Amino acid sequence: MKYEAMVVGVSAGGVEALNLLLPCLPAKLPIPVMVVLHIGRFSIEALISQLNKKSPVEIKEADSGEKILPGHVYFAPPNYHLLVECNKTFSLTVGELVKFSRPSIDILFESAADFYREKLIGIVLTGANSDGAQGMKTINKNGGYTIAQEPKTAVNGEMPGAAIALSTMNRIVPLQEIALFFSSLDKFVLTGNKS
Amino acid sequence: MESQAKSRDYIEMELLLEAIYQMYGYDFRQYRKAHLKRRIEHRMALSGLESISTMIHKVLYDESFFKTLLFDFSINVTEMFRDPEFYKYVRESIIPRLKTYPFIKVWHAGCSTGEEVYSMAILFKEEGLLSRTQFYATDFNNNVIAKAAEGVFNMEKLRDYANNYKDSGGKESFSEYFSTGYDVAMIEKSLKENIVFADHNLVTDGVFGEMHLVVCRNVLIYFNRKLQNKVFKLFHDSLVPGGFLCLGSKESIVSIENDKLFTDMDIRLKVYKKAIL
Repeated sequence: MKYEAMVVGVSAGGVEALNLLLPCLPAKLPIPVMVVLHIGRFSIEALISQLNKKSPVEIKEADSGEKILPGHVYFAPPNYHLLVECNKTFSLTVGELVKFSRPSIDILFESAADFYREKLIGIVLTGANSDGAQGMKTINKNGGYTIAQEPKTAVNGEMPGAAIALSTMNRIVPLQEIALFFSSLDKFVLTGNKS
Repeated sequence: MESQAKSRDYIEMELLLEAIYQMYGYDFRQYRKAHLKRRIEHRMALSGLESISTMIHKVLYDESFFKTLLFDFSINVTEMFRDPEFYKYVRESIIPRLKTYPFIKVWHAGCSTGEEVYSMAILFKEEGLLSRTQFYATDFNNNVIAKAAEGVFNMEKLRDYANNYKDSGGKESFSEYFSTGYDVAMIEKSLKENIVFADHNLVTDGVFGEMHLVVCRNVLIYFNRKLQNKVFKLFHDSLVPGGFLCLGSKESIVSIENDKLFTDMDIRLKVYKKAIL
């Protein structure tokens, strides 16, 4: 398989974006998807159960030490940083805020890039800060595949804009096209070719 | 070839942790690695070191560098009445049971800069238990213990803490627990009197005897399963029968072996009770 995991970072305007994207995922998803949504310390239980009802894959909060499995979408728990361990499990930390955020997109993306190397897909969506830009740069440096939401089509263009300014994305596209990408993700991860 | 390059990092890191253990006795060998790796790389960049291997040499020959790294490894982000719901539960469900004891011992393991143990002291004071309670607050990091013992907090944070306090069911005027200066707030002396701050390492040190309540929140998330199990046993041995163990919101006692050591009090808030065997 060309790609073995996907990470998604999203902030202001993110709930709507995730409600559009996650239901598009194919039922037989051969990779895990990990999501950081900036939500501070507020519970995401309601959001997750709502997303689960309309998505064909299992969506859950990541637990400390949990094995990372294909066919699952894992959310960083509120107020914890989420990291990928070298034995393909999750770690959680309560370290300092990074770019005013915990969970931080950069921390997830950098640790995932460290483990999955060139087999990682990184996506930065709408948001009103610059978290994720550094992480996308690391994914690019390691040879992974990167997509930023086209800033002018985002509720908040600042976050994808920061990523685009810091390193070269493979694709810069509106949300609707990212939804198409999600729906054919099972095929894309095999070859890296758009169907 | 990529996977080989990746494993080199981890070999180097294991050697670094082994060197630290043999030289200084601090044992991080059973910590989960991703967080440590991040901290090590951060320190490498700040110190202009080109590899973890060069850091091993520096750690062995430069004790002050080791101390810097040790500080990097410890997480000291905390707040008063963190997770207000948990404190509400302590007030409503644990304290009534503790009231049945003539004398109460509480251990905050991994107390960091003291915010949570002072929160507990405030709660115990309001419930009329403070005068017959002995708190032990421990951490492996001497710097944070010294800071915790001072009981001085940033004024700016006090407002957030006051909100947490209110959300936890606090009814008094929170600011009266502090004497305030220009930009700092010092915790009232009476709240410090029953707290002993001490150096204790959960990985390498032993039992604290006859505790009625052990609070250890967001410490075990950094340990691998094997080390977690060892620490659960340590907590079990430190508690009186029926004593309480409180963990962080993303920590749980999972293995079957440990299930016998503790029973669930509140699964969501991660409150456990030592099983009476």
